[in-house]
Amino acid sequence: MDEAFSFVFLMVAATLRVATPLVLCAMGGLFSEKSGIIDVGLEGKMLMAAFFGAATASVSGSAWVGVAAAIVAAEALALLHGFACITWRGNQVVSGVAINIIAAGLTVVLGNAWFARGGQTPALVGDQRLMSLFFPTAGDNAIVYLALLSVPATWWIIERTRFGLRLRAVGEMPLAVDAAGISVTWLRYRAVLLCGLLAGLAGAYLSVAQGAGFGRDMTAGQGFIALAAIIFGKWRPFPAFGACLMFGLLDAIAIRLQGVKVSGIGEVPVQLILALPYLLTMFLLAGFIGRAVAPKAAGIPYEKER
Amino acid sequence: MTAAPAIELRGIDKRFGSVHAVRGVSLVIEKGAITGIVGENGAGKSTLMSILYGLYRTDGGEILVEGESAPMDSPRDAIARGIGMVHQHFMLVDTFTVLENLVLGAEGGPLLAGGLAAARAELLRLSREYGLTVDPDARVADLSVGEQQRVEILKVLFRGARILILDEPSAVLTPQETDQLFRILATLKERGVSVVLITHKLREIMAATDCVYVMRQGQVVAERRTADTNPEELAELMVGRKVRLELDKAAPQRGEVRLEVEHLSLVDFRGVRLLDDIDLQLRAGEIVGIAGVSGNGQTELLQVLAGIRAPTSGRFTVCGRTVDAAHAIDPGEMRDLGLAHVPEDRHRQGMVAAFRASETSILGYHDEPPFSHNYILSNPVVGAHCAKLMEQFDVRPRLPGLLSGNFSGGNQQKLVLAREMARKPKVLLVGQPTRGVDIGAIEFIHRELVKSRDAGCAVLVVSVELDEILSLADRILVMFAGRIVGEVEQGLADERTLGLMMTGAKAA
Repeated sequence: MDEAFSFVFLMVAATLRVATPLVLCAMGGLFSEKSGIIDVGLEGKMLMAAFFGAATASVSGSAWVGVAAAIVAAEALALLHGFACITWRGNQVVSGVAINIIAAGLTVVLGNAWFARGGQTPALVGDQRLMSLFFPTAGDNAIVYLALLSVPATWWIIERTRFGLRLRAVGEMPLAVDAAGISVTWLRYRAVLLCGLLAGLAGAYLSVAQGAGFGRDMTAGQGFIALAAIIFGKWRPFPAFGACLMFGLLDAIAIRLQGVKVSGIGEVPVQLILALPYLLTMFLLAGFIGRAVAPKAAGIPYEKER
Repeated sequence: MTAAPAIELRGIDKRFGSVHAVRGVSLVIEKGAITGIVGENGAGKSTLMSILYGLYRTDGGEILVEGESAPMDSPRDAIARGIGMVHQHFMLVDTFTVLENLVLGAEGGPLLAGGLAAARAELLRLSREYGLTVDPDARVADLSVGEQQRVEILKVLFRGARILILDEPSAVLTPQETDQLFRILATLKERGVSVVLITHKLREIMAATDCVYVMRQGQVVAERRTADTNPEELAELMVGRKVRLELDKAAPQRGEVRLEVEHLSLVDFRGVRLLDDIDLQLRAGEIVGIAGVSGNGQTELLQVLAGIRAPTSGRFTVCGRTVDAAHAIDPGEMRDLGLAHVPEDRHRQGMVAAFRASETSILGYHDEPPFSHNYILSNPVVGAHCAKLMEQFDVRPRLPGLLSGNFSGGNQQKLVLAREMARKPKVLLVGQPTRGVDIGAIEFIHRELVKSRDAGCAVLVVSVELDEILSLADRILVMFAGRIVGEVEQGLADERTLGLMMTGAKAA
């Protein structure tokens, strides 16, 4: 009995550990996409945040200073995305892809220049890292709880506040928002900045809390998985959260299954297990979630002649 | 000195690049009256109102609201001055409820709950006072177009507007819904609201307004008391020359059946039945008109008949060739059979805006001689062909080298029509022949369609403009929800009965 409990506990903890950055990114992406700005650059923002978070924590000696730096780094990219897509009405997907490329390159170049460890930052020890709060074996650091809190908070903001109403409106019909005398530009900038905040936290989690330092490409596509979670959740916070948990669980199972012999098949290949979340993403996106209705104005720059 | 007028415009001017859209317009909108502004497409009516509502900035001139100078830098200024606008394309968020749409921009605080409750009470009050009933919790996407327009009007009143601008409000309404709208406007007027009605439909000006301004080429060319004028005079003022509103045509000389449609149905990938058991016959020498509110299957019917989409079941026969689900056909083969198609949406299907007029004039016929030999286009031949069509169809300016997108709507339509009629087709399908086309060109296009009918062509016209169907068609079919719900011979049809059929309320 005790063993069963501890197994469940460990699986839940493992799921939450893996799901935390996904949840934060998904909530951030939700704000952005609800306002009509597609954010393919979640991955890049998270990566940049992870790098600056770890680098700053290592130099300053404080994990929380690192978290703050991570958020600033992600916000800088968020502003860049906003500048390209809102102010200059550029193509949102192209801008997002560019941000991913910038992040992948810049983190490695700066890492090599500053720390000369092949792109890695020095390992974080002691106060340089966020540690578990209540259960030493579970990895339940502060950001995990923030991630759990971010879901009802996102829901409440989107559904119950004036800002949320306008946000939903601007993603569906920016013309109506403009005609009501509300600034489309400022609304969308605020959404993009909220997205940067959450993606920054996610990045900090990877390098300053879950991990102990930055490694090149450490986000490993999680920003895209978070995008997929938004789509599974049909642009709603709680279902998107559910999708993140499902990915987290799959990952936890994959780690458990490594090296396990299954009768009749033999040892499950590690590669297959690691590919499972991605395969599932393809499978589900190919039409197993029913009709996912994106905000109508997503991806379309708002233009008017004056 | 009586009270200041609701709005006074003095010397308003606006240019878009090289286009001088509004030229020194001055006009007065009286309090508690319905003022009409009439003019052709592109006369500057909508631009003028967008300036008044703060959507565009004026390049010169002054706006006075209740005698006070009122610069309009954004819709916020206009709303603050008590001006509200109902746009031709509704500014509603489809996924929101009526109530949510109502409060957008006037939420009454950072949290929604209180504002929504107050708005609900206010909505009920406004509904009672003006007789505008609508369910506050219905999703806008589920409402009919007429109801959506009511939401737009409520939105304006909710913001405390005393001046209401309506831009082409009847474009999407059935005649019954239009009548209802005019009753609402009359109630608003009684309650002291000043109404501005922008339209190009003279019938509506005559029915609803107290006075009317006529605009042409960016200028106000006349001001009339509605009681002192008549449609003929207004049309002449709009166009700048005498216009015949009535179409002269002889009785049709019907020949053999050119197009026969039997039990035709179309189901889309979601399983929605877009066309439901359509039967119709089209004979040489007649014009059959299909009336209906936009979105009831007319678009799909044209697509199937033109060979763009294959039917799901049933069949149709064009000039001896039968098409059904198993024997699909493509638009090129259709053309070879002698069927020509002027699509409803000329911008997306009828032409390529970035192509020269000469290229547009041969689209679809481009790989046929004399335009091309051995896969190589002959530009001189194409240019000469286009010049000839432009001459015949009075396309202006007569420049085959000009980009198609730079022509006005009416001239684009004439060019597309010229292309399709150049081959003397046996069957001619025309969708919305005069959408976005000015009165002068409408007259011309209608005459050409009748001419080709008299030459023995079988013409099928789909239009949401009842006036157009009534004057053009020899026989009228009414579509509703993918079915043909009624058939009426010309002469026996009137707007009222057709309007009822269009809403599915009455079958003939």
